[in-house]
Amino acid sequence: MNYVTAFILGIINYALIDNVVLSRFLGLCPFLGVSKKTNTAVGMGTSVIAVIAVSSAVTYPINKFILIPLDLVYMRTIVYILIIAALVQAVEIILKKKIPSLYKALGVYLPLITTNCAVLGVAIDSSQKGFGFFDTMVFSLGTAVGFLVSIVIMSGIRERIQYNKIPKAFQGMPIVLLAAGLMAIAFFGFKGVSF
Amino acid sequence: MKKPIERLYNGIIKENPTFVLMLGMCPTLAVTTSAINGLGMGLSTCAVLIMSNLIISLLRKIIPDRVRMPAYIVIVASLVTVVDLLMQAYVRGLYAALGLYIPLIVVNCIILGRAESYASKNPPLSSLFDGLGMGVGFTLALTAIGLIRELIGKGTVFGINVMPGFYEPVSIMIMAPGAFFVLAALCAVRNAVMQKRNKPLPEKYCNGCCASCMDDSCTIGKREDKEE
Repeated sequence: MNYVTAFILGIINYALIDNVVLSRFLGLCPFLGVSKKTNTAVGMGTSVIAVIAVSSAVTYPINKFILIPLDLVYMRTIVYILIIAALVQAVEIILKKKIPSLYKALGVYLPLITTNCAVLGVAIDSSQKGFGFFDTMVFSLGTAVGFLVSIVIMSGIRERIQYNKIPKAFQGMPIVLLAAGLMAIAFFGFKGVSF
Repeated sequence: MKKPIERLYNGIIKENPTFVLMLGMCPTLAVTTSAINGLGMGLSTCAVLIMSNLIISLLRKIIPDRVRMPAYIVIVASLVTVVDLLMQAYVRGLYAALGLYIPLIVVNCIILGRAESYASKNPPLSSLFDGLGMGVGFTLALTAIGLIRELIGKGTVFGINVMPGFYEPVSIMIMAPGAFFVLAALCAVRNAVMQKRNKPLPEKYCNGCCASCMDDSCTIGKREDKEE
């Protein structure tokens, strides 16, 4: 029971209060680039959840049982980015062979995820903070859910923005950044919630 | 001597990575709470970019086409580790302020983007200057954003108090939303200037930022499918 409560509170904390995009500034490239339509945003967000969960589950034992005992912590960046790149490739191949329907839905997004800094950022951050396995998984899942929430909200806003008259200088990126700033203020409200 | 200067102009003004290409947004928004942090982040990225462009350009005929992305990632990650350790040793205060964003230089779109779109096709000298130009352009942009946020949010410039005593700092500018607002304002200024000069932005170009690109005609990472 205790674990269940901790899990739920952790997910809420990392998804809403300490949102990955709007307060920790990770994964901004896809947040700004792939949020033009809601269905692509949902696809991207779901793939990120899958990749972050798998990569955390793999990098945690590697950090604990290989890098720390062998005193190779300074190699973390190289090792993690290679693991993530390989994992993304592996997930892509497995999906293509075993679950073609899922591959059709998510396949386009997978190659884009290697350079998503949220994935590497979460892996390095949880190792630097010295989280245990449970905390690592809660942290990474919560972060990924937060990414999904914010990119979907953003795509909804952008679909509406399209039909509005915007001053010429603010068309394109500036108005999107302004909307993101207002979203960040809204998410600030969650900081008042404390457990 | 014409090429290096053209590359510098290209990186700093014509294709400025922050204001024109919109690359490397994460560090741009995250660490620019003060001018000195922006400058530090810009310079460390610049160092990695110059070295990675040089090394990749030197190895461009040796690295097989199929594995070029992993090869670039290994080169960049090694350079980032070097910068990370050097900063940890010599500039501890800055290292603590930049924190997680130092290792994340690996996935900064500017670096892999320049590797893919310039250094892998051009000789070492112009690649080096391309890296320098892009790096300086990035550094200037980050310092400018940091300067504005620090001035409005704290009333200081590089830590020195410049605002009159009655000025009440608008602290939202050094928090997360302020980052978006300052960048939005600067981009709007850029748009206005471009429109006045009647220079539209190029519609389609590979900026190397695979994380945000949904271009179907792109070949990066899809090469194997075509060969089958």
